[in-house]
Amino acid sequence: MAEAPVIQVENLRKYYGPVRAVDGISFDIARGATCALLGGNGAGKTTTIAMLLGLLLPTDGRMHILSEEMPRHRDRVLPRMNFSSPYVDLPQRLTVVENLTVYARLYGVSQVRQRLAILGRDLDIDAFFQRPYGSLSAGQKTRVALAKALLNEPEILLLDEPTASLDPDTADRMRGILTDYQRRSGATLLLASHNMSEVERLCDQVIMLRTGQIVASGAPHELIRRYGRKDMEEVFLDIARGIQNGELLE
Amino acid sequence: MSGLSLRRIGALALRYLYLLRRSWIRIIELAYWPTVQMILWGFITRYLAGHSDVLGQTAGLLLSGVLLWDILFRSQLGVSVVFFEELHARNLAQLFVSPLRPIELILALMSISLVRTLIGVGVAVALALPFYDYNLFALGLPLVGFFLNLVLMGWTIGLLVSALVLHHGMGAESIAWAVIFALAPLCGIYYPIATLPYWLQPLAWTLPASHVFEGMRAVLLDHAFRLDYFLYALLLNSIYLSLGIKTFLAAVHQARERGSLLQSSE
Repeated sequence: MAEAPVIQVENLRKYYGPVRAVDGISFDIARGATCALLGGNGAGKTTTIAMLLGLLLPTDGRMHILSEEMPRHRDRVLPRMNFSSPYVDLPQRLTVVENLTVYARLYGVSQVRQRLAILGRDLDIDAFFQRPYGSLSAGQKTRVALAKALLNEPEILLLDEPTASLDPDTADRMRGILTDYQRRSGATLLLASHNMSEVERLCDQVIMLRTGQIVASGAPHELIRRYGRKDMEEVFLDIARGIQNGELLE
Repeated sequence: MSGLSLRRIGALALRYLYLLRRSWIRIIELAYWPTVQMILWGFITRYLAGHSDVLGQTAGLLLSGVLLWDILFRSQLGVSVVFFEELHARNLAQLFVSPLRPIELILALMSISLVRTLIGVGVAVALALPFYDYNLFALGLPLVGFFLNLVLMGWTIGLLVSALVLHHGMGAESIAWAVIFALAPLCGIYYPIATLPYWLQPLAWTLPASHVFEGMRAVLLDHAFRLDYFLYALLLNSIYLSLGIKTFLAAVHQARERGSLLQSSE
């Protein structure tokens, strides 16, 4: 018998008055998959991720994560997940090691020092462990935020634009770290991104959103073939611009 | 309240202690205003003692009032200002996607408020001895009851102000400073509640602090501990604090509905 998806979303909606930020989306994500939520600004990506994290309550619909109903059982789910976003900060005045220690304890990490040493080495952040978080560059902050997201070795990792505002070298290193972690742990990754080459490299599943609805989904190579385009960048532009291409749009 | 984690509460308290430890300016700031207030009211007391029968008999009346008032004020700020730091740091979303429960956040805020209050008022209390030969601990065991009731009331106001800011955004931050001063004239810090206009007195008696300050005067002037004041203040505090906690939790729930936890610094 096939294993149940680790993320099951059914007819999820989030309305702000007349604005339909997310409008009846349904999808499943299998254990160990790396899935991208794509769409233009305001398509509903961040809203969807926020609802999966229990940070935002849906207007309607059902979510099951790791076979637990969300947000009802968020207490059981959240210790097994984590999240990183360049739009959410850590306390600026605390040092990197202080920030990570606080979050390690919040997530119930048993051997904090050991875990920090491993993450410091893997993410190459141990050199600035003693520096205040606020004094770091954007790239360093992103690596620290990722270290925070990996503290509890999450079964599900949600990433909102994980390589936004990073230079190509740092972005490439970040993708390498995520790929390594995913391969080693078998974790499920769900990421919102605007970087299509990143999506092609990392993801085996893509969900395209436009005005809060799913307009296409599938593996990147499938979508490229279906839309008759050469890469995901072109597919993204077609969908984001709402280009109707006969029966190709779902 | 099943499933509360002391480890998580401690983790968050540790975050605030890290902040305090890193900045001696913050520690000085905690003690600065209570000490300035104590010095000012000490001189006023010294001057008035020669001109007033009441103060002549009990020189500690004003100093006790100002120090106890600071317990209330500091414990309120200890909750609300520390909560605002999470908003300024854009850290609230990180906290709420972690396993930390809102009630654990409240308990962590309360515990750090206690630490901040003890530091802030403790310095002023210690300095009052060499400055004015005044010892707040001379109030005896009733001081424990006064402290408890004032801290509980401070936490309640701190939670209500934090809920208001969570709902209305950082624009409402100034209320944290203003609200307690609006209550000060009603609390009878330096004068008996009977001094207030007749129509204001029932309102004053709905405040736990009014019972504390009346109790303080009973100890200083009549050398009697008024259990009725203590119990009434405790009863009011238990009602108000549970309302404060429920209001804060409701504000968190509403923030989850409105999506404001993600943009909580704006």
